[in-house]
Amino acid sequence: MDARTQEFLEHVQSGGQVETADWMPDEYRARLIKFIEMHAGSELMGVLPERDWILRAPTLQRKLALTAKIQDEVGHAQLIYRVVEDLGKPREACLDDLLSGKAKFHNVFHYPTKSWGDVGVIAWLVDAAAIISQKALLKCSYAPYARIMKKVCWEESFHVLHGRDVVLALVNGTPAQRELVQEALNRWWPPLMQFHGNPIPAEEDPSYIWRIKSQANEDARQQFLDGYVPQIWELGLTVPDPKLRHDEATGVWHYSEPDWEELRAVVTGHGPASAERIAFRALSRENVAWVRKVVLAEAA
Amino acid sequence: MGVWEVFRQDRKGQPFEHAGSVVAPDAGLAEVYARELYSRRQESDALWLVAREAIRALEPVPAEFDLSYRRVDGYSLRLRLREARAALGKAESR
Repeated sequence: MDARTQEFLEHVQSGGQVETADWMPDEYRARLIKFIEMHAGSELMGVLPERDWILRAPTLQRKLALTAKIQDEVGHAQLIYRVVEDLGKPREACLDDLLSGKAKFHNVFHYPTKSWGDVGVIAWLVDAAAIISQKALLKCSYAPYARIMKKVCWEESFHVLHGRDVVLALVNGTPAQRELVQEALNRWWPPLMQFHGNPIPAEEDPSYIWRIKSQANEDARQQFLDGYVPQIWELGLTVPDPKLRHDEATGVWHYSEPDWEELRAVVTGHGPASAERIAFRALSRENVAWVRKVVLAEAA
Repeated sequence: MGVWEVFRQDRKGQPFEHAGSVVAPDAGLAEVYARELYSRRQESDALWLVAREAIRALEPVPAEFDLSYRRVDGYSLRLRLREARAALGKAESR
């Protein structure tokens, strides 16, 4: 490592931040692009499972709220892709790589949704897990990304609240409605436990070394369990993991080892809904190609 | 396509703060994107859009000179005050 890179590394490791125009090592730029592009792609792909429920939302109010959430997520993709563009990778290239499978997106968006219970559980718990990662990005060494996270976190907290409201409405409903929530929780728990990634020590995680992330994967998962397992139990729901327990003495949650092989397979495009989602994204891009052409022609 | 920097004001009377940027082929569409992305929940009282190329970024002033004489932290009154009080005490006891 040359002296300039070493100095840069010390700068970010001591809490220093970097702006777009500042010099940065090529490796840092490449890692930033990969990390941030994956985040943007996840926001964009994350709307597809929820989009399926706009027409099936149980009330007009829920339909409006779900539409607002979906618009928020697409908005986050817009904001975050802007950060990637300023780092030097054009948006069209990002979208190409998303469709070809070269760019990844979060594991939870590779699974199908089966009922309105899934919509509640996704908005409540998937967004809660995401907020934990995103709050840790408020301290990201790349300042333009950290700044955008303030707005993203603010909007995600609305999603979590709305998701919890959907879940509460169902658990207060008929036994069948309550069962929808429990079934959805059973379906989403394994991917939720994989969400923050394998428990690699922070010092071995390149995203942490460059201070793109400010927290270890396992810390994020523990924070998620700390915050949300009590809320799940409070509603009389069962977490589908017989080994899940909180060690009062150490403050650590113990749980069954998540299936890391499944996580690896899913994020490389082999999840149960991966192919369908990517095909749908490709179709949408094709269907609105004429809008891009018209807009660019009018402006020219 | 051009980049437009977006500045938003939380409430009247507050300073405008840089919020992010949008890419658009012209000012009209940049306005639409900025409104949709930065004020759809009425979270901004007002927005400013500035074409990125219109911004003149200035280099920070080199810290060659000691400018502490211009700042509050350039002065320590403690010792002088102690001296002044001591002198006053002596004058009164006389």
